Amino acid sequence: MTQASATQPIEAPAGAVLLEVRGLSLDFGSSRGRVRALRDVSVSVPRGRIVGVVGESGCGKSTLAFAIIRLLAENAMITAGEVRLEGRDLLTLTPRQMRDIRGRRVSMIFQDPMTSLNRVLSVGQHMIDIQYRDKISQADKRRRAAEALTRVGIADAESRLRDFPHQFSGGMRQRICIAMALLVEPALLLADEPTTALDATMEVQIVGLLKALQGELGCSILFVSHHLGTVAELCDDVVVMYAGEVVERGSVRDIFKRPGHPYTQALLECDPGRIHEKTRHLPTIPGSLPDLVEVPQGCIFKDRCPHAFERCQRERPPHYPVAEGHTASCHLLDETRGNHS
Amino acid sequence: MSALLDVQSLRVRFRSLGMLRALVTRTPDPFIDAVCDVSFHMRRGETLGLVGESGSGKSTIARTVMGLTPAHAGSVRFAGDELIGLSSRDYKAYRRDMTMMFQDPVGSLSPRLTVRSLITEPLRIHGIKDRNRRAEAKRLLEMVGLGEDFAQRFPHQLSGGQARRVGVARALALGPKVIIADEPTAGLDVSVQGEVLNLLARLQEELGIAMLVITHNLNVVRHITDRMAIMYLGRFVEQGPTEEIFHRPRHPYTEALLSANPQPDPDAQLARIEIKGEVPSLMNRPQGCEFHTRCPYAREHCRQVAPGVSHAGEGHVYTCHYPLNT
Repeated sequence: MTQASATQPIEAPAGAVLLEVRGLSLDFGSSRGRVRALRDVSVSVPRGRIVGVVGESGCGKSTLAFAIIRLLAENAMITAGEVRLEGRDLLTLTPRQMRDIRGRRVSMIFQDPMTSLNRVLSVGQHMIDIQYRDKISQADKRRRAAEALTRVGIADAESRLRDFPHQFSGGMRQRICIAMALLVEPALLLADEPTTALDATMEVQIVGLLKALQGELGCSILFVSHHLGTVAELCDDVVVMYAGEVVERGSVRDIFKRPGHPYTQALLECDPGRIHEKTRHLPTIPGSLPDLVEVPQGCIFKDRCPHAFERCQRERPPHYPVAEGHTASCHLLDETRGNHS
Repeated sequence: MSALLDVQSLRVRFRSLGMLRALVTRTPDPFIDAVCDVSFHMRRGETLGLVGESGSGKSTIARTVMGLTPAHAGSVRFAGDELIGLSSRDYKAYRRDMTMMFQDPVGSLSPRLTVRSLITEPLRIHGIKDRNRRAEAKRLLEMVGLGEDFAQRFPHQLSGGQARRVGVARALALGPKVIIADEPTAGLDVSVQGEVLNLLARLQEELGIAMLVITHNLNVVRHITDRMAIMYLGRFVEQGPTEEIFHRPRHPYTEALLSANPQPDPDAQLARIEIKGEVPSLMNRPQGCEFHTRCPYAREHCRQVAPGVSHAGEGHVYTCHYPLNT
């Protein structure tokens, strides 16, 4: 499937590309018409790297993760694009083939560790069940489960396998989910806001754990989060999404130090963590998200952008290069344009 | 100026085992102390931030001050009147002066009432008949920066930020002197979070309301509070002026909490004090200093003797044997 795509995927550095999402568009059916939740989204995840997807609620970042692993609601329709994992387009696979990929090449950690565990099954049962494909004895599966728990920092793993999810704290439950996701040694780990339900000190621990395990196993991680601080700390590359589009992508330093898109700039300015002087008046982004049933023409951010000019009203900006491996979809970056005030 | 709200040695207990079970298992004390020996006061127009991890007892304090959860011991005085021990009918009169904004912005609004009914419901509950509800709704919506057309809407037609504003309007309806805001920005995006905090700051300035802000977001605390208190296992481990605590935390838990705050800057990940392990269970409080199981500086003394309250200048108190930054 070739797409007349306005966006260019970023050049993969040294490591080869593991996951390549190209020109992905996705609609949700609703009573008001089709909600264009993702439009021409391209993201690439090189081997062994952690790529962060940031954006505010409703920008499509979780939808992107769910589309990659193909766990979408029934009213979702993928209208264009491809999701290539190790060269294979996941969107063309049959449900059966997809099941073989899930939990083998790709696994996922969800936002709420309580609802992603079955509360009437012991943790050990969860961890044995997830190895259903492996032709090894039950005792070996149990031993591997205990090893995995130890690896994520749960003491006394052997006996804790008998415990049930409610006997663990929130941070421990998320550790269990991580242990399960990594038990299958996936090539790609999708993490959908894994620290949102946790406290600050636990969040730091989980981020540290993900980082350590990633180094150990060498898998790639697609880390979806709205928490800029966590992304800055964990990720190598960052993709910024707004209202269903990728507006900027680059290395974590590019994005946080030299943001090219006005939305990224505004988002960073709003974060009270970046304001070092005490203030009682915090910056905000005026206006609200555009309606995704009738997506406006031109740039998706134009109505809230302080720099919008006439061209933004009619023409959707392609991704312009900002620096090596750093692009943003903003007409201000078009070097060929004339001098606007 | 005397304190508007004065809380002394507050203790809240919850039953952890049923009566029969406690009898059978011979548990002599089947209770947990969710809040333990907590004292603080608030003056008019002042903002106090309450910080701590989930389960540390922040929301329990709020609910006890509002009279929604009974206190086991201690005193809560509003403008000099003792509130602990009041009947629920007598307490109701004080809920005109003290109102609460609940945690979940959408969940705390009844889905079957319009915004107009929601924000004038406090008037109805308190039997205030002399004000025109329609005009009142308009006035309140204006105060929180929502147009009059919002009056007709239902909660599901609101965004998170708008629902929060409705929550603020509801809290303002009775013209309170104290607002207790439980996680006012939880679940909001950063761009909207700023809007809600600016709104609270403006209203506080205009109306001179005292605010108790409960949050685990340290960036929020830093910008909107005058003083802050840090909770661990139901106790205050440190309390004092916000700027002072950010610059010179005395308690190791405060220090760890402040350093655990991830900065949106890829280069700023150097000086982190990591605390190990998990929060102990309230049913099994550690001996001595309750933080010693996780404290990077704990010594033998800490394992045996619980530290008392120490003072470090103007209104800055902490409980630690070996304070930092002294």
